[in-house]
Amino acid sequence: MAKMSETRRYERLLERFGNGDLPRRDFMSLLGCAGLAVGVSGTVMTRFARQAHANVEKLRFDGWGGIVSESLRKGAFTPYEQATGITVIDGTFGSEEEHFNNIKASPEGTYNLHLSSGVTIYKTLTDAGYGAVINEDNIPNLKLVMPALIEPFRAITPDGLSAVPFDYGNTGFAYNTKYISKEEAEADGANIILRKDLKGKLGGYGSWQGRIWHAALQSNQNPNGIEDMDAVWDKVREHRDLILKYFGSGAELMDLLAKEEYLACDAWSGRVAGVQKQGHPIGYSEPPGTYSWMETLFVAKGSPMPEAEELLNYMLDPEVSIAVAIGQNYPPSLDPTKVDMPPEVQALPAFDPTGTLENLLFADANYWAENRTEWQRKWNRVEKGG
Amino acid sequence: MAEATAQPISFGGKTSVPSKAWQLLAPALITLFFLLVIPMLIIFVYSFYLFVDVGVDKPAFQFGNWIEFFTDGYYHGAIWTTFRIAITATVVCAVVGYIPAYFIATTTFRHKWLLMLLLILPFWVSFIIRTFSWIHVLGNQGFINATLLSIGIIDEPIKMLYTEGAVIMGMIHFLLPYMVLNIYVSLEGIDRNLVSAARTLGATSWQAFREVTLPLSLPGLAAGSLLCFVLSAGTFVTPQILGGPRDFMFGNLIFDSLMDELNWPMGATLSCVMLIMLGSIVLIYNRIMGLSQVYKSFR
Repeated sequence: MAKMSETRRYERLLERFGNGDLPRRDFMSLLGCAGLAVGVSGTVMTRFARQAHANVEKLRFDGWGGIVSESLRKGAFTPYEQATGITVIDGTFGSEEEHFNNIKASPEGTYNLHLSSGVTIYKTLTDAGYGAVINEDNIPNLKLVMPALIEPFRAITPDGLSAVPFDYGNTGFAYNTKYISKEEAEADGANIILRKDLKGKLGGYGSWQGRIWHAALQSNQNPNGIEDMDAVWDKVREHRDLILKYFGSGAELMDLLAKEEYLACDAWSGRVAGVQKQGHPIGYSEPPGTYSWMETLFVAKGSPMPEAEELLNYMLDPEVSIAVAIGQNYPPSLDPTKVDMPPEVQALPAFDPTGTLENLLFADANYWAENRTEWQRKWNRVEKGG
Repeated sequence: MAEATAQPISFGGKTSVPSKAWQLLAPALITLFFLLVIPMLIIFVYSFYLFVDVGVDKPAFQFGNWIEFFTDGYYHGAIWTTFRIAITATVVCAVVGYIPAYFIATTTFRHKWLLMLLLILPFWVSFIIRTFSWIHVLGNQGFINATLLSIGIIDEPIKMLYTEGAVIMGMIHFLLPYMVLNIYVSLEGIDRNLVSAARTLGATSWQAFREVTLPLSLPGLAAGSLLCFVLSAGTFVTPQILGGPRDFMFGNLIFDSLMDELNWPMGATLSCVMLIMLGSIVLIYNRIMGLSQVYKSFR
């Protein structure tokens, strides 16, 4: 009997797998056995991996750019490319809605993974049918992620996740300590951005969800169960009439804080940490009900799943996740009771050493997604003076 | 001679003028058809679709989006603001742009090309970056406020950024070269002997300018105004960067519909409205002035 080459053996297995004669698990097991048989790991396995991905030449990842993309490129994408031969294309977007439009307007498979902001947009994306179903078995590092972060997504798509949590953070309140003391800021709570004596020096993120959340706090309501919407809109208007302008990006927020254009505003915890690291006199407070959110790695429908799952596994690798966390100042989604976190991560705002996140208040995806159309539409008008 | 006037254009000596002309025009027409006409038709058809939920719409033939546009004062207010801002920017460009255009056209400086180069120099820098640069000029800690504060003229920074004035300033910065180029082309085409003749007949410099140069340069001024108006009315980036919450234009509403609300049918409707409005202005201009003046500037 002629000796079968590794390539031929792989091609036959692949053919059987493709025809449905071989379950995925068996296919992967046989590949693993073959790997062991030919001498374990190293260059031979790398070659196998390259062959296994022969039909997929590239994967696209989109995010906000900046330090996150740089960290992911260094820690995850380059090693992944070397191991699989698949090129990871780094793309950026200005807003997730913009990316949503790109996905909608393009053939399936054009966009693969992207950094997504929280459960509300996750529900929007999956309800609209743009989510792929992830095989969690192919992402061993998913076991290291805090269950408290995964469960909200599982509740939205019980038949399978379309995204894996990557990091989390808070939207608290930043203030300039030259003009506002810590005691004042803590006493003001969410009302710090409604101080009339700071008119023209206040700010906030120009997003419907953030504005409504904070207005709910200012009108003493539960943001996940607002009963008096008129009171909320009144607070939104009150804030609008006091601010310099709404910011539209993290870079703009940092710039406005650093230049003292803003003396107080709602702000993303990681960005505030960034400004503080630059040496600016910026304080930060998180009153009760502070808006907590999580970012995920979303996989769009039509993506090559085994390859995407493998990339997700690279991105959830503790070394990569921690490096990105330190770079962007947001804690990683990894469970601190399972993964040792360095002091830099433990010092990050919003970091929860228990891994339960019981002290953080996240948006109720169903509630916010249900009201999104109406509230966003109204917000766009109120923002402009309505 | 009579035969020559009967065949004003000859392509290689053949008489099949129309077919040859169509052949030459075909690549441009095909490109325009596929990249302009078809997308515009798609947008028009999309305006009748039904918005179901965020990012979800379904094919339909209903007038809900159009009815909303016609009955909602929010959109009408935006049209008024857009026209007001665009007209202001255009008028300021016309006044401010005429002077350098006149100078370049009449100067005896040997290296006129250098002046033209200076004029188009801003185009080498990204429009977004040029717009952002105003933050460092008009901001509370920007150049103007910092200077006035340091020499003690003011105690508190003057609010200039994130106002309608800042939006208009940003637009002028972007549009001015278009205006200057158009006026310059028009001034260049004026026979200098006409001015000399006016002076010989006793007109003062100002009278010669007012009675001869200015009327003859009006087509260029009008062409520049048309370009500036259309470009400024269609923008949404400048108000987004330099404007405050209330400083928005019609383009920002299209952006909101498409990029925030993910409501493509309404975004398509508003895009059609914008196209019809600006298209109407171009048609009116063509009726009065003739579009040939615009093309002249680019010869």
